[in-house]
Amino acid sequence: MTRTAEAATVSAVARQFLTFQLGGEMYAVGILRIKEIIEYGALTAVPMMPTFIRGVINLRGSVVPVVDLRARFGAGPTAIGRRTCIVIVEIEADGESQVVGVLVDAVHEVLDIADADIEPAPSFGTQIRPDFVAGMGKVAGNFVILLDLARVLAVDEMASVAAAADADALPPVH
Amino acid sequence: MNEYEQAQQTFFEESRDMLRQIEDALLALESNTHDDETLNGLFRAAHTIKGSAGLFGFDRIGSFTHEVETVLDRLRAGEIALNGDLAALLLESGDHIGHLLAETADGSDQPETDAAGAALKSRLLAWCPSPGIGKVAVSTPSAPAVASPERPWHIAVDFGPSIFRDGMDPLSFIRYLGTKGDVIGVTTRIDAMPAADAFDPEVCHLGFDILLEAQCTKADLTAVFDFVKDDCELRITAPDAEVERWIGVLQGMPAHGKRIGEMLVNCGAVTQHELTRALSTQQDTDGVAPPIGALLVAQNSVPDQVLQVAVTRQRDQRTEESRFIRVQADKLDSLITLVGELVIAGAGANLLARRAGEPRLLESTQVITDLVEEIRNGALQMRMVQIGETFNRFRRVVRDVSRELGKEIDLEISGADTELDKSVVEKIADPLMHLVRNAMDHGIEMPDVRTARGKAPGGLMRLNAFHDSGSIVIEVIDDGRGLDRDRILQKAWERGQVPANTELPDDEVFDLIFTAGFSTAEKVTSLSGRGVGMDVVRRNIEALRGTVKLSSRPGEGTVVSIRLPLTLAIIDGFLVSVGPASYVVPLDMVVECIELPENTPNGASYLNLRGEVLPFLRLRDVFGIEAPPPVHHNVVVVRNGTSHAGLVVDRLMGEFQTVIKPLGKLFRNLQGIGGSTILGTGEVALILDVQALIDSATRNAARQDGTTTREHTAESAFGDAATSSTEN
Repeated sequence: MTRTAEAATVSAVARQFLTFQLGGEMYAVGILRIKEIIEYGALTAVPMMPTFIRGVINLRGSVVPVVDLRARFGAGPTAIGRRTCIVIVEIEADGESQVVGVLVDAVHEVLDIADADIEPAPSFGTQIRPDFVAGMGKVAGNFVILLDLARVLAVDEMASVAAAADADALPPVH
Repeated sequence: MNEYEQAQQTFFEESRDMLRQIEDALLALESNTHDDETLNGLFRAAHTIKGSAGLFGFDRIGSFTHEVETVLDRLRAGEIALNGDLAALLLESGDHIGHLLAETADGSDQPETDAAGAALKSRLLAWCPSPGIGKVAVSTPSAPAVASPERPWHIAVDFGPSIFRDGMDPLSFIRYLGTKGDVIGVTTRIDAMPAADAFDPEVCHLGFDILLEAQCTKADLTAVFDFVKDDCELRITAPDAEVERWIGVLQGMPAHGKRIGEMLVNCGAVTQHELTRALSTQQDTDGVAPPIGALLVAQNSVPDQVLQVAVTRQRDQRTEESRFIRVQADKLDSLITLVGELVIAGAGANLLARRAGEPRLLESTQVITDLVEEIRNGALQMRMVQIGETFNRFRRVVRDVSRELGKEIDLEISGADTELDKSVVEKIADPLMHLVRNAMDHGIEMPDVRTARGKAPGGLMRLNAFHDSGSIVIEVIDDGRGLDRDRILQKAWERGQVPANTELPDDEVFDLIFTAGFSTAEKVTSLSGRGVGMDVVRRNIEALRGTVKLSSRPGEGTVVSIRLPLTLAIIDGFLVSVGPASYVVPLDMVVECIELPENTPNGASYLNLRGEVLPFLRLRDVFGIEAPPPVHHNVVVVRNGTSHAGLVVDRLMGEFQTVIKPLGKLFRNLQGIGGSTILGTGEVALILDVQALIDSATRNAARQDGTTTREHTAESAFGDAATSSTEN
């Protein structure tokens, strides 16, 4: 989800973003990739995977992996609360689309943010890896971090992290 | 897509099928030179392509196929014999037709293809010298003497007036009849010949009465006249022996409902064409239509006595035919997805009914569940294809490559009826191709080398497939020189893959050739030797969640076995739980279930199973599950190659059938989990890849050899384990 690609699809109109809460911080993602938002529930943990891969859910007959965004940002696993949601998004990986669920603390609203109100990502200073940030959106005087979902949910990278974790996790030590 | 385009699409698909048939037929003929049925099939396939291409105005295809057909016609008539050169030429021509088809399909006609076509055409022409004029006399056919039936076949044929204009020569049919048996008499009927001034040399007025002594069926004889069947009157009277045979067949035919016409066609007494004609007469009749049998007798198609037998054999009026239909794969996929969801929904309803405790509700949901499962099995079966078709493609490969290499190599295929999912079949063809080529190039020696080593000069490739513990195993076997273990190791030392002068066990040495860029070939050929290939093979197979193993004996050959899961296939699973999660163990891996002896110490990783050591894995530990442990643990005893191993779980929840849902790319590096499935409750359960779990435990044990934690716990556990063994 580079900025140019996004701009090309939504012409000059202000783009729409879904904002959500994660560990006290506000984040936003473009709504074009979002398929639906569901309540948290009936998740099956997959063993031997890094903590940020929370498990899999049954989404009307297909098995969809769920990524714990807070853990993905290196801030430890999300505690499940009353407002915990799974945002189902569709991402492209090697020309194939893959459906992934993203675990967030709470979903807020859909906002229009004009291109003029989007600042480039700072090279440091955000809590998360700079390459995860697509930009900073100005909303009512505050900044919202716009996530680059393609980077955050890069399947190849996550799978290779999983492989490393796998190698470490296996020896059963008692 | 409009109807015309759809029809074109069908033409392209069918023509590709025909080409495959041509190829198969040619290869079959090469090994078994005279088989009329195959020859006829070959000719028909070429003829169909030509005809259909003409229909669509694809002249490039039509005119080239015409040349091929001409040669095939001579072959069929026995004027020329099939030898290696001709077979190669015809195979090349088949390929060329394939190119033409592909180019026509995407509208990209290449001039080079035409040039290649012209070259092929001139080579084809060399096989069919232009017929001399005046060579019209009926030559006495010299068919091999066959045991003559008591009375000959009587064939009465009146050619239609237009057949000269259609380019047919009546005499060629009679000549061709001569290949079926002995033509003992031909009488020409000239009653229809008009007076000289009304005579038109372009119109055919001839009819023939032919007496033929041959051991064949009526259908064979009718097939001779296939090309003029719409333009001629054909009446074939069978010898008594043949009539008796028809009656015999009719009486032995299963009695379930067939139509009279169908029964007569099936026993060979009436041809399809005769039946069609009688049926159209029946339809054209005003008022009360006469029965089909009477019409057939009236048009001299069948003797009355045969008809009577058929009528008495006939039971109820139900047709039963097995036919194939083409279905788009994605339609089938979406059907299977839907059925899969239906299964889950059904199981959910069943669960609710059980909770409600209403017996009648429970009964009806059970019936629904059973039916849905039957539907699912049927739907899944539709996607399963036999691997034989993929294997058969290699006949051509083996033939071409062995010619190119100057080796004599035969291909033997076994287990061709082993079924696996279509999606797997498609993806396994390329890796197999690499393996087969590799084996032929590097594995099998030149004939003189083989002879010198006391082997038969011709090499043998074998492709074999079978089902084994929930997977399919495909083997590529050659009887060549085998792998040079020392050379591989030497090479690995040189490349620094293995520390110099370190010895490795055989299987690890053989495993080295699957690494990227590894080649021990002295010279690079067009086939192999560049060191690209085996690593790609392994990658492709692993992408299918399969494994590849190699075993070899110097001088005796190499066996590459590929083990693939039957993805999407129904697996029978055994459901177990560890903590809050449910896992499925493929049922064919399960040997038995026992309770973990209570006094098995926490650290022990083996127990005494009727006097044998059973090593086990505690899934709770392997998966890092932290839920409080139950009072009693259970052990699922699973197969591990030739021995057994145990999986310690919390609860055993019984057998059930399940649809595998792939876990997706994110989990591709995950060892030990083979997929997932959805339970009746809607929850996802993970399917264990038992072999991978045990393998990685084995690797870890080897890696940890001598490290502290393991040794310590094993040591302290030793005494207790010994006492617990008396328990069993």
